[in-house]
Amino acid sequence: MAAVIETQGLTRRYGRFTAVDVLTFQVQEGDVFGFLGPNGAGKTTTLLMLLGLTEPTSGSARVLGFDPVRQPLEIKRQVGYLPENVGFYDELTARENLDYVARLNQLPAGVADRNIATALGQVGLTEVGNKRVGQFSRGMRQRLGLAELLIKDPKLIFLDEPTLGLDPDGINKILDLILSLSRDRGITVVLSSHLLDQVQRTCSRIGIMMKGRMVATGTIGELARRKSGPDEAGETLEQIYMRYFQEA
Amino acid sequence: MWTIFRKELSDHFTSTRFLITFALILMVAAVTTYTAATNLRQALEGVAKPSHVFLLLFTTSGQLFSLAQFNAFFGPLIGIILGFDAINRERNDNTLSKLISQPIFRDAVINGKFLAGVTTIALMLSSMVLLITGLGLLSVGVVPGGDEAGRLAVYLFVSIAYVSFWMGLAILFSILFRSLATSALAAVALWIFFSFFIGFAASLVAGAIAPVDNPRDPRQVVANRNAEDAASLASPVVLYSQATSTILDPFRRTRQNLTMVGPMERFSMERFRNPLPLDQSILVVVPYLTLMIGLTVVCFGLSYVIFMRQEVRST
Repeated sequence: MAAVIETQGLTRRYGRFTAVDVLTFQVQEGDVFGFLGPNGAGKTTTLLMLLGLTEPTSGSARVLGFDPVRQPLEIKRQVGYLPENVGFYDELTARENLDYVARLNQLPAGVADRNIATALGQVGLTEVGNKRVGQFSRGMRQRLGLAELLIKDPKLIFLDEPTLGLDPDGINKILDLILSLSRDRGITVVLSSHLLDQVQRTCSRIGIMMKGRMVATGTIGELARRKSGPDEAGETLEQIYMRYFQEA
Repeated sequence: MWTIFRKELSDHFTSTRFLITFALILMVAAVTTYTAATNLRQALEGVAKPSHVFLLLFTTSGQLFSLAQFNAFFGPLIGIILGFDAINRERNDNTLSKLISQPIFRDAVINGKFLAGVTTIALMLSSMVLLITGLGLLSVGVVPGGDEAGRLAVYLFVSIAYVSFWMGLAILFSILFRSLATSALAAVALWIFFSFFIGFAASLVAGAIAPVDNPRDPRQVVANRNAEDAASLASPVVLYSQATSTILDPFRRTRQNLTMVGPMERFSMERFRNPLPLDQSILVVVPYLTLMIGLTVVCFGLSYVIFMRQEVRST
């Protein structure tokens, strides 16, 4: 198992405010990594730095063996990023939106058509592929966002709050999809969220971020033992998280 | 970058506002040409040896304004309509962060958009000029000579540079302002200022730099006029209308107005009313053209730098 993501003292300051503070952590290949933390903890900033969309003030990172500052294109070719509020060109159909992304990724036309069809099938949007995205519900948009990541056949995907504002059925569909991606296609997933029961259901490893620092990483069992002693291994993630939160 | 260019181009051509403005402009152009052509026939009756008749289609005012004037006023509007929401719409729709997380360089976004805009403008203006040429051929029955065609080509080129400048300005505003309405209004405000109020502003500036204490002193008057002319050149609208009137009117050999021309010079102008050859007209226009392209490049450069430095967050 190789480290897919590796950071060394990654720091980002905006003026006097430190959004990400000397962050050092690793994500292993095949993990579903739950990236937890309250709003404004620096999760999104970290993801943006890993993609090379924001430059770190200091420190360094390696994503799939590439340096995001120097080789952002290599990273963006293999990494899919689903932003918190994913946007689409509402006047285009779902298929046209995906086609545009495929062309931006310079996929050959044949490959693109095949990948688009597969991806639409995988997220269950084949029947509405030729409808305008403007008519889509939030859940459908979120699934279309996942399809958009899949057409480039990524090794690693970043999902920023993928279940925000969805109904329970929509949440389940998304989470099942994420699990099947990790299981069947071996994609490493980094999932940022603050909905703890969902993270507990899907993630194999967890990192908790508070005020720009990574306060803990490990499996849920490890976190529970470290925080509450060996007898408390059965604690829910929510209980563990609240202990960290009160400490910070 | 060419992917973005192609998408932006197809967006422009399928958007409703593009079709509406284009239809409107073609309609006004057709009406103006028609009235100009009607007036032309009356004006040319009894003239022994008219020359450069064809260009008169563009410079003769029909009922209200000539086509060249119309372009100077409403060209900016085309540019603003094409550019005012280039970046901030993507930002508001959250498509910008998605776009730049694809494996493209960040400047491909702005380069692609700018190029698509310039291409749209070029196609729009060329089709307009060609259409008018056709209408002119039908209604006046004069075939433009090589010299006239050359002048029209230069005119077209200057016009494309002019409208592109306004589009560049609008794109700059779309980067600076998050709200669509703010960027559109800011661009329109500048357009109105440079079109209508630059005259007042220029005379104010001239009054401050070179005041006229004694209206009978010709040196003071001339200095004042010079200052006013220089100040009004700050407006791209003035730049454009002076450049195009020189290129479209071969009998104009100076860009200065008549008060600036000495009596002997004026006499010789009246005496030898021969058209200026095309290359000489171009020579007069080149500084204007350079300035206009320079302004466009400055707008684009500023947009480029600001866009590359801007933080991209989805929220």
